[in-house]
Amino acid sequence: MDGIIDFFDLNLFKAVLRMATPLVFAAMGGLLSERSGIMNIALEGLMLSGAFAAVVGTYYLHNPWWGLLVALIVGGLTALIHAFWSIGLRSDQIVTGTAINLLAAGTTVFLIQRIWAQSGRTPTVQKLPDVAAQVNVLVPIAFLCVPIVYFFLKSSKLGLRVMACGEHPQAAESVGINVSLLRYGMVMMSGVFAAAAGAFLTIGSLGLFTRDMTAGRGFIALAAVIFGNWMPFGTLAACILFAGAQAFQIQAQTKGIGISADLLLALPYVLTIIAIAGVVRGSRAPAGLGQHPTPN
Amino acid sequence: MVVLTRGRVGRRVAWIVTEQVEVPQPQMAVEMLGIVKRFPGVVANAGVDLSVERGEIHALLGENGAGKSTLMNILMGLIHPDHGKILVHGRDVRFHSPRDAVDAGLGMVHQHFMLIPRFSVTENIILGSEGPGAFIDRQAAEERVAQTAAEYGLVVDPRARVEDLPVGIQQRVEILRVLYQDSNILILDEPTALLTPQEVEDLYRVLNALRDAGRTVIFITHKLREVAAISDRVTVIRRGMTVGTRVTADTTAAELAELMVGRGVSLRVDRTRAHPGEVALQAFDLTMKGRGGVNALDGLSLSVRKGEIVGIAGVEGNGQTELVETLAGLHIPESGTILLGEMDITRDDPVERRRKGLSYIPEDRHHRGLVLPFSLTENMLLGNSEIPPFGDGRRIDYAKTEEITRELMERFDVRAPGPETSAGALSGGNQQKLIIARELFREPAVLLAVQPTRGLDVGAIEFVHSRIVAERDKGRGVLLLSFDLDETLDLSDRILVIYHGKIVGEFSGERVDRAELGLLMGGRVPHGDRVGITT
Amino acid sequence: MGTGWASQHNAAWRSTAVTVGTSILAVTIALLAGAVFIAVSGHDPIESYRALWNGAFGSRRAVGETLAASVPYIFGGLSFAIAYRAGMFNIGIEGQMVMGGLAAGLFAGWDLGLPAVVYVPTSMALALLAGGLWGSIAGVLKAATGAHEVITTIMLNYLAFRLLSFTVLETDKHLPVDPQLQATHMAPPEARLPIILSGTRLHAGLIVGILAAILLWYLLFRTTFGYNVRTVGLSRGAAAYAGIRWGSTVVAAMFVSGGMAGLGGGSETIGLLGQQYNSPQGYGFTSIAVGLVGRNHPIGVIAAALVFGVLRSGSNAMQNQVGTSREIVLVLQGLVILAIAGLAASGRIKAWWARRRRTTMPTDEFSNTIGVEPGVTPEL
Repeated sequence: MDGIIDFFDLNLFKAVLRMATPLVFAAMGGLLSERSGIMNIALEGLMLSGAFAAVVGTYYLHNPWWGLLVALIVGGLTALIHAFWSIGLRSDQIVTGTAINLLAAGTTVFLIQRIWAQSGRTPTVQKLPDVAAQVNVLVPIAFLCVPIVYFFLKSSKLGLRVMACGEHPQAAESVGINVSLLRYGMVMMSGVFAAAAGAFLTIGSLGLFTRDMTAGRGFIALAAVIFGNWMPFGTLAACILFAGAQAFQIQAQTKGIGISADLLLALPYVLTIIAIAGVVRGSRAPAGLGQHPTPN
Repeated sequence: MVVLTRGRVGRRVAWIVTEQVEVPQPQMAVEMLGIVKRFPGVVANAGVDLSVERGEIHALLGENGAGKSTLMNILMGLIHPDHGKILVHGRDVRFHSPRDAVDAGLGMVHQHFMLIPRFSVTENIILGSEGPGAFIDRQAAEERVAQTAAEYGLVVDPRARVEDLPVGIQQRVEILRVLYQDSNILILDEPTALLTPQEVEDLYRVLNALRDAGRTVIFITHKLREVAAISDRVTVIRRGMTVGTRVTADTTAAELAELMVGRGVSLRVDRTRAHPGEVALQAFDLTMKGRGGVNALDGLSLSVRKGEIVGIAGVEGNGQTELVETLAGLHIPESGTILLGEMDITRDDPVERRRKGLSYIPEDRHHRGLVLPFSLTENMLLGNSEIPPFGDGRRIDYAKTEEITRELMERFDVRAPGPETSAGALSGGNQQKLIIARELFREPAVLLAVQPTRGLDVGAIEFVHSRIVAERDKGRGVLLLSFDLDETLDLSDRILVIYHGKIVGEFSGERVDRAELGLLMGGRVPHGDRVGITT
Repeated sequence: MGTGWASQHNAAWRSTAVTVGTSILAVTIALLAGAVFIAVSGHDPIESYRALWNGAFGSRRAVGETLAASVPYIFGGLSFAIAYRAGMFNIGIEGQMVMGGLAAGLFAGWDLGLPAVVYVPTSMALALLAGGLWGSIAGVLKAATGAHEVITTIMLNYLAFRLLSFTVLETDKHLPVDPQLQATHMAPPEARLPIILSGTRLHAGLIVGILAAILLWYLLFRTTFGYNVRTVGLSRGAAAYAGIRWGSTVVAAMFVSGGMAGLGGGSETIGLLGQQYNSPQGYGFTSIAVGLVGRNHPIGVIAAALVFGVLRSGSNAMQNQVGTSREIVLVLQGLVILAIAGLAASGRIKAWWARRRRTTMPTDEFSNTIGVEPGVTPEL
């Protein structure tokens, strides 16, 4: 019986890449935001708004690359709301993130109704090109983001300052770093990255937008950041793990292996819980996460 | 009376005269004129003037809460003054951020170090002054750090992680950072608070070297001894106002103390002799692991009798916090026994200890002693909620609690609109009175008082001190832990010295040899053998 | 102390008035911002809101629907409130509702032939237990390992959905489920919460919800447990000082929180619908808004739940009559949360203005009463 070899074929590998792509994009965004000290559970909503904006942009500008650009801008601007409330007003960052998620879920469906007078899904638009069979151009870009984020944090002046804001905002401020400005920048970058994740779901894979299509990927991406101990490559590994579990389940379905789909689909969530419960002990969040520099 | 001279600083004596004379024009490095800063409910600076000459060590002396730190935060651009003028090297400046201050040649060593524990020494030092370009040249930076360090004899490994370094070395990193930024005016905010006497000596040596190299040092302190030991001139501020500037060599401790406190003070608390009775609290051989596997408490034993105040003296971080929290029941020790009177309370939880007659004034009013958003009534329940008359373990009698709160507010002069006021709205003094009222309400057999006057004004301090002495006179045992050595000496009938989680010496409150005490606090045993250990 | 009873009561009243006023203001701001949103999208906001209002209150039936729509929000808001009071941000309300609904649905679907006085309370108790246990998982994980509840409760949500799906699709040999319909069996009449307003779908879940709110108020503000919960939520350090065990208090609070959500799920299942379908109802995130607008106070939660019930039940009429998408309700929820959070920061804004104008003013007058200030720093 050559079932094992049959099971682990190129399709499975590509499926893992495809499923990891949105997670990697969003997680890199979440990582930058968290490393600067701002908690970001808005990833889900940011991703949703990016996914939708990509379709709208492509629809009106007749070019998926322009659609991608629109998505990135919209993602950044949506993240600005989170940034203003979290940094400018110092609201509870979880509360604000929840608001963004609700706003994005409502606004996207509202606008579908408004633009196309149909409920819950957009028409199909042109997609970004594939670089290989079933591998969209955004897939390699996503994976390329990981070393870029890594070197940004490790070797750039800005990266060092960002991490200083996340570790000890008062200390960063005391050496003249504009903590708020950097945090605004990083939260907006998280919006840009999350929007790329969303755009992959629409103009990189499905070709259209349906309501709530992100289906919790933003939350999974955040879990990957934590699982990956706020390190770019650790986070990448976590994303691949989560994507792998999902791809495995789909492969099992198509190969007709008699395992309950629901139980298999539950696996990534169980893994995440175990990971967080088991791993968080040894891991270290940025020490200044959620903290502000002193008033005035 | 102590006549103050500078130059009692270790080996270096001859440096002063030559260097001082070489500065020709008495130009001012820093001038702050009429600085006013109000915070909600407080005027932190009510018109401060400060003039610091180039190339001197200038002490800024004042009590806790006098406005020293606010003033320096203004100078560093962290806080913006409401009024006033700042000149640096004669130029009128207005700083919008610490960056501006650093660019003007100012650098600050903060009381609570502004270091990032997870960063390396070099990363901490270059942060904010990384040099040109978008990327960091780590190797070049490390070399430059090492070079700067060597220049001033500040030995430190540029690659070490800051969190792995002892406190004294961490401070060195802070000083190095200021030097690396090429600041010619250094501000040190209470730099000796966390240091051992030996580390303090090292610090003095470094500061003198810096002054010799022509830099200006502003040294913030509330300790007269330090003013005498290190400064050339001293400016005293009280309640947010400058009350005088003196040449250190021409003044006396008594004069400075009077300037600082505002009247001829008796440096000792007014109290009678203690009449200790039977043992109220005993601890035998307490051991507890601290961070990093080192024993925070290492076989510590002590006893407190009824009717006496026992003070714990020691440099911060030698197990004081662990000791008090273990006695209070916040931690269970790994080994050892705690007796309250005859009762073994080693394994009791805090509530049970309270029930048996132990009270505890914690060090941190805001994060331990009170729940700031709670009303005064709700704060009265803290630690009491399961004990009659407040509650029965299931329900709480809020009406009764409010009645008691109202009564205690009257008795302890807690000034607030009413029991519904939230504790966060009270001044520090009133917050502390509220805690003391709560802790004394049950008439405890033993009172643990930790930093009971931290951050309070003079009036409140007197109130707290007289209360503690009054409790002693009622026959309660008091264990006092204060990082203000003068307070410990003033209040205590007996002083125990703690070092590395052990009691290493004991003094009678009547007769304390400060030199010997200092040596013990620093872990060195005078006369070759150990002073008797109490049990 | 020169102050008498009157002035102290004034102070208490004033703080309550500020609290309530801020919530009303937040809802108003959200409605105004929503009106702009509607106008920009090409509809008439006044007409839309009028249609919404009539849809919610236009008839006896509409009122019944509106109140019925409020019921899950009452439970969800209470669930969020008690967790928040303990310093826990419960995003897992949805999953806890699913577990409660599933438990009640299965038990009721068995049709055990019990009399209603036994059957209904037992079903609801099971819902409470199931939701409570599901909620306390996050509490235990937090207490034992420090795992952040926001992430664990989100994961537990998806896990609950999978469990629900698995149960109704694949356990028909053992449990009363119908894989074709993707639901538990329809509950018999004696296992259902009775209708309390004839001719409508309004069921006794409303009464259970109001009783639960009163009970929770008593628990929070009159018992030692409630005091411990509130202390733990505001200051872990003070709780340790007072000998309150943080871990067990958090677990217990999460049990009660999950239990409230479970009751909400149960009351939907054996009240409104009669069976648990294979789809979460989507009350979880709205419950966060309910809790925040209700200031995490049980009585406030009831008021806030009514507001959100009105929005939900009126939105269909609005969409049908005026054409304004009913998703505007989600937008309004997002806006109201931002408004609440923004008003909490109003002290800061005032201080900022004052600084710009080089004068000083007190800061943060509101912060103590609002309850959405950053609390215990989570390590997300």
